[in-house]
Amino acid sequence: MSHTHTDQEAHNKEAMAEIKKVTIILSVFTIIELILGFWMIGMTSVGLKLAVKGTIVILMMAKAFYIVAYFMHLKHEVKNLIMTIVVPLMLFVWFIAAFLWDGNSFRNLRNNYDPYFKEQATIKVEKKEEGEHGATKHKATEVKEIPAPSAPVEKH
Amino acid sequence: MSTTTTASPNEAKLWGGGKSPFNSEYGKVMMWYFLMSDAFTFGAFLISYGTVRFSTNGWPNSNEVFRSFPFAPEGVHAPLVFVSIMTFILIISSVTMVLAVHAGKNMDKSGVVRNMIWTIIGGLAFLSCQAWEWNHLHSEGAWWGMNPFLNADGTASSTNFTNFFFTITGFHGFHVFSGVVINIIMLIMTLLNKFEQRGHYLMIEKAGLYWHFVDLVWVFVFTIFYLL
Repeated sequence: MSHTHTDQEAHNKEAMAEIKKVTIILSVFTIIELILGFWMIGMTSVGLKLAVKGTIVILMMAKAFYIVAYFMHLKHEVKNLIMTIVVPLMLFVWFIAAFLWDGNSFRNLRNNYDPYFKEQATIKVEKKEEGEHGATKHKATEVKEIPAPSAPVEKH
Repeated sequence: MSTTTTASPNEAKLWGGGKSPFNSEYGKVMMWYFLMSDAFTFGAFLISYGTVRFSTNGWPNSNEVFRSFPFAPEGVHAPLVFVSIMTFILIISSVTMVLAVHAGKNMDKSGVVRNMIWTIIGGLAFLSCQAWEWNHLHSEGAWWGMNPFLNADGTASSTNFTNFFFTITGFHGFHVFSGVVINIIMLIMTLLNKFEQRGHYLMIEKAGLYWHFVDLVWVFVFTIFYLL
């Protein structure tokens, strides 16, 4: 009887240590993400920005893994149960790749064949004054009324 | 037949009948499958956001949009600060939920009650933060169909940004709200000794799975809207 009791106690200690470890990991990853976010605020280099964003995505996936595996206890389940959940989620790999590719391709097509769409992305709106939200809203609506170029470039 | 059973005795034990082959309770397995389907709903939302963003030339800078803080004087800008507090509130409430599940496994009623109360407080705190942020954005002129923010490069933006923001954070906020309601029901059932009578706290585990999922979704929503 006392043997099972100490067994239970050892198991409890182990579980609490795991909770503590995962909490620290999640907090540290979040803090790193925030540091990277602050660092990115004034960043102008496109390549560096892309690299930082990639790092943030990796940290995000790591956090998701720790939450699902330890907080939701999936790692301690039977392998067959894990597979019935993880295998369908593999669809996301295709899902993300295909749809982001599609969005990108749609932008390229429109920039090539829709001169109005392309021109809209070059017209700068006057920079708003700090704190005057009403003025900003007015300007933003004003811009939308700019008519399409009178002589659109014809593509053959 | 007999050769296969002797070849892998473990598997035979698992699938030989008489016990759950997943070694898990029915309701818990179904909760996992519900959460998987919910993950696809959130995934569809977030991926459509990504598609639209990729198909547009300009996009508002999140550091210029989400830069306010409650009680901060006018003109003080603190990008990322408020949302990081919201993120930590949700992480901490997730930890207290794990502790509640852990206490439930030990049949420790007072531990379950204590940690459930903390989890509910965390959920309400998160919802309050979100309500403040929505209210603030609305006062700036942002809502479904209204976008006062310019693109990062100074060009005119479309309403896609605000539409996606309010739809996705709203859908997540609704999940947090229902999670808080579920947790309150679990707390009441614990106080009424329902689980003591049943002899197990499996319901707390299932509510815990839901609550962790809410935290999991916020990891993605937070990263995609505020950081990327």
